[in-house]
Amino acid sequence: MNAVGNTASTQLPAALTQHTRRPLKSLAPKTWIVLLAVLAAALVATFMLIDLRGNIGYILPRRAIKVGSMLLVAYAVGVSTVLFQTVTSNRILTPSIMGFDALYMLIQTALTFAIGGQALLSLGAPVRFVIEVGLMVGFSFLLYRWLFTGGGKSLHLMLLVGIVFGVMFRGISSLLQRLIDPSEFIILQDLFFASFNNVDGLLLLVSVAAVAAVSGLAWRMRHQLDVLSLGRDMALNLGVDHKRSVTSVLVICAVLVAVSTALVGPITFFGLLVASLAYQLCSHFRHAYVLPIAVLLGVIALVGGQLVLERVFAFDTALSIVIEFVGGIVFIALLLKGSVK
Amino acid sequence: MIHVSDVSKRYGAQTVVDGVSCYIKDGGITSIIGPNGAGKSTLLSMMSRLLPMDGGSVSIDGLDVTATDSKQLARKMAILRQENQLTVRLSVRDLVGFGRFPHNNGRPTAADKVHIDQALEYLDLGDLADKFVDELSGGQRQRAFIAMVLAQDTDYLLLDEPLNNLDMKHSVEMMRLLRRLADELGKTVVLVIHDINFASCYSDSIVAMRQGRLIHQGPPAQIMQPEVLRDVYEIDIRIEEIDGNRIGVYFA
Repeated sequence: MNAVGNTASTQLPAALTQHTRRPLKSLAPKTWIVLLAVLAAALVATFMLIDLRGNIGYILPRRAIKVGSMLLVAYAVGVSTVLFQTVTSNRILTPSIMGFDALYMLIQTALTFAIGGQALLSLGAPVRFVIEVGLMVGFSFLLYRWLFTGGGKSLHLMLLVGIVFGVMFRGISSLLQRLIDPSEFIILQDLFFASFNNVDGLLLLVSVAAVAAVSGLAWRMRHQLDVLSLGRDMALNLGVDHKRSVTSVLVICAVLVAVSTALVGPITFFGLLVASLAYQLCSHFRHAYVLPIAVLLGVIALVGGQLVLERVFAFDTALSIVIEFVGGIVFIALLLKGSVK
Repeated sequence: MIHVSDVSKRYGAQTVVDGVSCYIKDGGITSIIGPNGAGKSTLLSMMSRLLPMDGGSVSIDGLDVTATDSKQLARKMAILRQENQLTVRLSVRDLVGFGRFPHNNGRPTAADKVHIDQALEYLDLGDLADKFVDELSGGQRQRAFIAMVLAQDTDYLLLDEPLNNLDMKHSVEMMRLLRRLADELGKTVVLVIHDINFASCYSDSIVAMRQGRLIHQGPPAQIMQPEVLRDVYEIDIRIEEIDGNRIGVYFA
């Protein structure tokens, strides 16, 4: 019958839309921000200064780049996930789950395939990054805009589209990787599996510039974002141009995902983890509170996790494995919580 | 005045709303009735620019809804859909405060607070103002959302099945409230409603639809006739006059 009449009801299973679990309401959002900021600062300081011996002039800048990249990734992932969940009115889908970072890796692979790894490297990190981000914004615009601007798309459809897109992008990537020269493949692999241990300083600077630009846009939209979290119909009723706002958020997410993927490779469930925790901690809906909390949680998880991994377990392994493990469990828990109620 | 002019909506080969034209006068309550799938909600969604139309136009006080700035329209007309699921956790006061967004762009002023308090008071939500919306019962929730669109301070109020999921007591309370909004505050209320007897008792005008077409429009006395209702619903409905209201009997 009336196809619009059911938009809101088909959007999500009821249990997912209602935020039923009590957040830890005892603390005001501002108190949480201060507490988390202090903890994050302490962790960063510890990371920079712990066990500082030998050639300080060599060690400190290297550590600074490492911490800088972790801060940037925490910021990019936290902000992009919260904004994405706001405009899609759900708490489960994230840009990563929808295949954004797989798309970014496909763009990197396709570029290597088209112009060659050496040529790509000779462009230098900043130019390469600008080209990749440009393609990323363009393609995510083409591929995802239809999905989020109309009403009445069910969560299950979106999840399915995201998974199919992700598998498709990865599939095309691995096909291209098999077709290219092995030596070029090694260059590519270096790009993909960059971890916090080998981040290019120049790339970091370009990333900071890109992130600062989209952050300005997001900050100007903060009141609109609060309204968008009420859902499409309510936002339209209150005079927010839904299509334009969603498009802006898609562009912001594309840039942020490109930044974090370029810096450390794909981390699928990290965004889901920090966003879910942030909603639990923050009793207030305003983005001016939720966003900083999500970012600070990300910093604590990354810097703290890396610290524990390096100093306590004396591993130099990828932190992403631990994060993916915990994040994956949270993802399953959220899905089950939705289906049980 | 709302002027609906030759409005159509198609999904593929199926025409859901088929060339509907009507005038809705300022003031009073207008009910849109009709069987399932008649296109009532679709028409209301197009009137309120939630859904693009495939043909025709709608103007409210001379403003074309598809061409006018959305924020300007939001100060003229409010729309409330039947399902209002919230992803965010909001207190009633915060929800009602959102109604002021078209006026203050998210920066509340002292005048906004007055509007919010008035809306809360009008819907008798004073005690619940600091509760979270997901802690409320169905009837209270519905009232909280109405308070939000009331705080929006618009001349026109469009409601899609406001009685959905309400029991008899709350349905009657809701209809009385809408009547007060029309009589005391001079608002123009347009609602989609399934219960023809509520439509008969509380409306000033009834619009009847079937299969995407507008087939009758008039005051309740004119619509609440066995032959008219037969035309709309394809069943025989006996009409009894009780206390001056025309009541349709269709249960047996």
